[in-house]
Amino acid sequence: MTIKIAPKTTRHILQWLTHVGSLLPLALLLWDFWVGQLGPNPIQALTIRTGDTAVTLLLLSLAVTPLNIIFGWKQILPLRKPLGLYAFLYVVVHFLIFTWLDYGLNLALIVDEVVNKRFALVGFTAFLLLIPLAATSTRWAMRKLGKNWKRLHQMVYFIGILAIIHYLWAVKTVTTKPFVFTIILVLLLVVRIKPVKQAIISLRRNWEKRAVRQASSTI
Amino acid sequence: MLIKTKTGLEIPSSEITPKYLYESRRQFIKGVATLAAGSVLAACSPQFGGAGAGEETAVSSDQTTTQSTNTAGKTTATADELGDPLNSYQDITNFNNYYEFTQDKQGVASAAADYKTTPWEVEISGLVNNPGVFGVEDLLSQFDQEERVYRLRCVEGWSMVIPWNGFPLRKLLELVEPTSDAQYVRFETVYDPDNMPGQKSPWFTWPYVEGLTVDEAMNDLTLMATGLYGEQLLPQNGAPIRLVVPWKYGFKNIKSIVKIELTDTQPTSLWMEAAPNEYGFYANVNPNVDHPRWSQATERRIGELSRRPTLMFNGYEEQVAYLYEGIDLKENF
Repeated sequence: MTIKIAPKTTRHILQWLTHVGSLLPLALLLWDFWVGQLGPNPIQALTIRTGDTAVTLLLLSLAVTPLNIIFGWKQILPLRKPLGLYAFLYVVVHFLIFTWLDYGLNLALIVDEVVNKRFALVGFTAFLLLIPLAATSTRWAMRKLGKNWKRLHQMVYFIGILAIIHYLWAVKTVTTKPFVFTIILVLLLVVRIKPVKQAIISLRRNWEKRAVRQASSTI
Repeated sequence: MLIKTKTGLEIPSSEITPKYLYESRRQFIKGVATLAAGSVLAACSPQFGGAGAGEETAVSSDQTTTQSTNTAGKTTATADELGDPLNSYQDITNFNNYYEFTQDKQGVASAAADYKTTPWEVEISGLVNNPGVFGVEDLLSQFDQEERVYRLRCVEGWSMVIPWNGFPLRKLLELVEPTSDAQYVRFETVYDPDNMPGQKSPWFTWPYVEGLTVDEAMNDLTLMATGLYGEQLLPQNGAPIRLVVPWKYGFKNIKSIVKIELTDTQPTSLWMEAAPNEYGFYANVNPNVDHPRWSQATERRIGELSRRPTLMFNGYEEQVAYLYEGIDLKENF
């Protein structure tokens, strides 16, 4: 027998898990910073950890729709917004560490790095493109923008690609972790392609129907 | 042997530091000041105590040392020849690039703690008159151990000042006598995937290989290091014997060497194999030749908050510039 949980409770639990899970890396980072556990090169550690978390959260927010397509988990759809906003939070912190802590707000050096170095340029572009998305994440903006809201927010796919390229270009050479991140992004984008999406949905519906039939025949 | 003297063709410093760096120096200092003043968190955190703040207990390893201060072991030096202080023993032994164990720089010390480096032999072969297998103990007793305070500049953009102990590679080469055909020296790290889990990673061609020209190898700066801070090397630093070429990026300093071969063809290093357009054979520290994906104009000295300009040949221009006369350093990166 299964225990029935009210949809509202499920929604609340998921929301809380998202908040706690998204803020945990920041809390751990501040703790390590405070007690001096960031190691001999703390700025590099801060940069890498905020970058890692930002990419992870961005991928998670991009994973919501595909997970709904594949498994029919409608209840996770509202998590897209907080996951995206938390990703943006980490991007902002990452950017501040780069410009302020790392480069001491030295504009000449920062501009040189951003303009001449493709990995920084790509990361900076992704950051700039995220700003309008974060700014229009309110219900009010959604209503105001109407159809254009969706068009604007479809930019997140492009931002995801930029973020992964930024990651791939920032590491000394590609190894397992950046490779896995890339594969995940590719899979998440492939699931959204219309024929793929429709095929998955009809497969799932068939499977669900069969499951229901089997369940009723065994009774 | 031939002692090469300085050629008088020194490159003026105006050429080695990018112009914008000079121009922006004031801004740089101002930025740092703002940073120091504004960064309340940083000021409070023990993390930013500077190079001398190594008061936590040292490495979990049970061998060699339990010293935990900056002045571990027998070293009298406190700074390099430019006046910059040594990095702490704690930092040098807990922030390592050693992919054979792990790619996490702070995880190498514990991952490598149990690695056995005795007994150890180095095989020298190839274009030499006296090839042979040398026990590290024999090398240690045969050659005087010198202390050399060198800057180490990682290709990733950070640097340290390290008091190494060791002997010039030149002395070892004079012993085995390279033939006149020998042009390159090829080094190989031990291949031991059972005890070096990183060597199971399919992303690299193991074992680690590095190389030098014979002229580079004969330069007096080129060191076979066996210790640091007067203590025997710990596994995470490449025990029991490693190369230190201070004017080149850190990855040239191959660790835990078991083979040295004199050849007439340019060795292909592990990093050249992994990304030939990004990591070259020479890999000289050069603020004017960027990595294809990031700038090499500045670096962060471990223990410092702000970046500092990277020096041509890591500040060893006087000693090594003659090696590259007439060579295009952009082409031969």
